[in-house]
Amino acid sequence: MDKSGHLPISRRNLMIVAGASVASAAVPGSAGAQTPDLARSGAAPVSSKVSFRVNGATRGLELDTRTTLLDALREHLHLTGSKKGCDHGQCGACTVIVDGQRIVSCLTLAVMHEGASVTTIEGLGTPDDLHPMQAAFIKHDGYQCGYCTPGQICSAVAVLDELKAGIPSHVSGDLTAAPELTSAELRERMSGNICRCGAYSNIIDAIAEVAGSAA
Amino acid sequence: MKSFTYEKAESPAAAAASAARRPGAKFIAGGTNLLDLMKLEIEAPTHLIDVNDLGFDKIETTSNGGLRVGALVRNTALAADPRVRRDYGVLSRALLAGATGQLRNKATTAGNLLQRTRCPYFYDTNLPCNKRIPGSGCSAIGGVTRSLAVIGSSDACIATNPSDMAVAMRVLDATVETMRADGTTRGIPIADFHRLPGDTPHIDTVLEAGELVTAVTLPKPEVGKHIYRKVRDRASYAFALVSVAAVVQRDGSGRVAVGGVAHKPWRVEAAEAAQPRGPRVMASDLLAGAKPQPDNAFKLALVERTLAAVLDEAKG
Ligand SMILES: Cc1cc2nc3c(=O)[nH]c(=O)nc-3n(C[C@H](O)[C@H](O)[C@H](O)COP(=O)(O)OP(=O)(O)OC[C@H]3O[C@@H](n4cnc5c(N)ncnc54)[C@H](O)[C@@H]3O)c2cc1C
Ligand code: SF4
Ligand code: FES
Ligand code: FES
Repeated sequence: MDKSGHLPISRRNLMIVAGASVASAAVPGSAGAQTPDLARSGAAPVSSKVSFRVNGATRGLELDTRTTLLDALREHLHLTGSKKGCDHGQCGACTVIVDGQRIVSCLTLAVMHEGASVTTIEGLGTPDDLHPMQAAFIKHDGYQCGYCTPGQICSAVAVLDELKAGIPSHVSGDLTAAPELTSAELRERMSGNICRCGAYSNIIDAIAEVAGSAA
Repeated sequence: MKSFTYEKAESPAAAAASAARRPGAKFIAGGTNLLDLMKLEIEAPTHLIDVNDLGFDKIETTSNGGLRVGALVRNTALAADPRVRRDYGVLSRALLAGATGQLRNKATTAGNLLQRTRCPYFYDTNLPCNKRIPGSGCSAIGGVTRSLAVIGSSDACIATNPSDMAVAMRVLDATVETMRADGTTRGIPIADFHRLPGDTPHIDTVLEAGELVTAVTLPKPEVGKHIYRKVRDRASYAFALVSVAAVVQRDGSGRVAVGGVAHKPWRVEAAEAAQPRGPRVMASDLLAGAKPQPDNAFKLALVERTLAAVLDEAKG
């Protein structure tokens, strides 16, 4: 691996990259068309240093200011568990936990997280030592293709913390009372995590089981 | 995305002054709207001023019994604050009806007020849009208008303001506190904060260039039943077609603001007098002069029905 933290590009990846730049060159102004854009705007890339903790370890990076937290995790730290579904905050596949709160990592800049503590799916548990939520997703078949799963699991872990902290939701009946642990509450709170395979009911079963045993 | 320089502001005055020095600068708070638009190059700031560390993350009680909500208080924190849940339920409900848990954890009070329209043509950079490129034309007029405005629009733009929170703040008569680039401060009544499109739809609010939102203050609690009812295409996680924020008294009188129908939260104080005469009279007073588009005339009936549901709920 070179110093910039980029993975060595394989022949297959190189073909993909080449294909992408051909496509973007034909669409002036598209997000991928770096070179023509820079020529037009005259703005050179700007880089900045940032350091934050990821899954317990301090990581220092020098990044283009445009790098999202998601791209920093995936492309620079090679934590490819967090997924890019839409890159616009709409699908939840990139959900990670930052300073105890779930966020979509595609709509925040890495440089804005100096000193933060980030937990990704890789930090929740390992294949030999699963987090209870990971184990419950396996037991209840809470996925098919698995693409949305890391985001679903990070979101679900944080949802249970939000319930414990008494944060109300759109479906909470009485705003001044502690929210109840119902499947309506879980469904509403998980609505930001889209599953193309439609594993929703098994996902709710998995979360309900963990919530039940945590209570 | 266009490249930009980045700075973390250390004081409100420094943030405002920095923005004034650099015409291409923008503040960034949660980033959930700005970065989305930057990826599409609908917004292309050359400099970002990160306002997250300015200490505007507190909710304080004011001397006249209201609340002062810092500009950087997250939507989740505001909705979950025990004082807001008890005394400003309509605000809590409106926040919880918007976006998702992940987004509300990042989204801020100021950023939410300043989020841009969700008009589909504003997002489609292949098509003309007066809000995106002044003078280029409006693709929505004569296009698909289902989600767009029915009142207060112009021949230049029929976009709506997408914020749920702003509708509740309008019914609560909130005030937006700001600091200008020269360090002076002012309070802008929420009623005057968002503009109608007129022939300058690219300007959403009355904020000046570089003017920093520092807080939103809520007057002392409005007694009555607090209700926010949002009608949308899905039961969760969708923008409003129509929404109603209301504080209703026992006799059926009270205050009402409507979302999803105009370029700003729509409230007509004079129409509120009609409230005890029922939703039909009230809706017709509230929407007098409406100019719906072919695809969205249904919103007029939807406002009336949503009002009826709200007045019903208030009785229960
Ligand atoms: C998928 C999705 C679904 C959504 N659904 C809903 C919904 O149903 N209802 C709803 O209401 N909203 C919804 N939203 C919008 C969301 O509420 C906004 O993105 C959010 O509130 C913006 O807040 P922010 O702090 O992230 O703003 P940012 O993105 O940081 O900033 C937004 C704008 O405000 C300016 N700004 C920020 N702070 C200040 C300040 N202190 N002073 C002056 N200017 C400032 C920025 O320069 C920028 O122009 C949704 C968003 C997404 C991505
Ligand atoms: S309605 Fe407004 S935002 Fe939508 S295309 Fe027309 S000018 Fe643009
Ligand atoms: S990739 Fe972030 S929400 Fe879809
Ligand atoms: S398991 Fe395939 S997208 Fe959810």
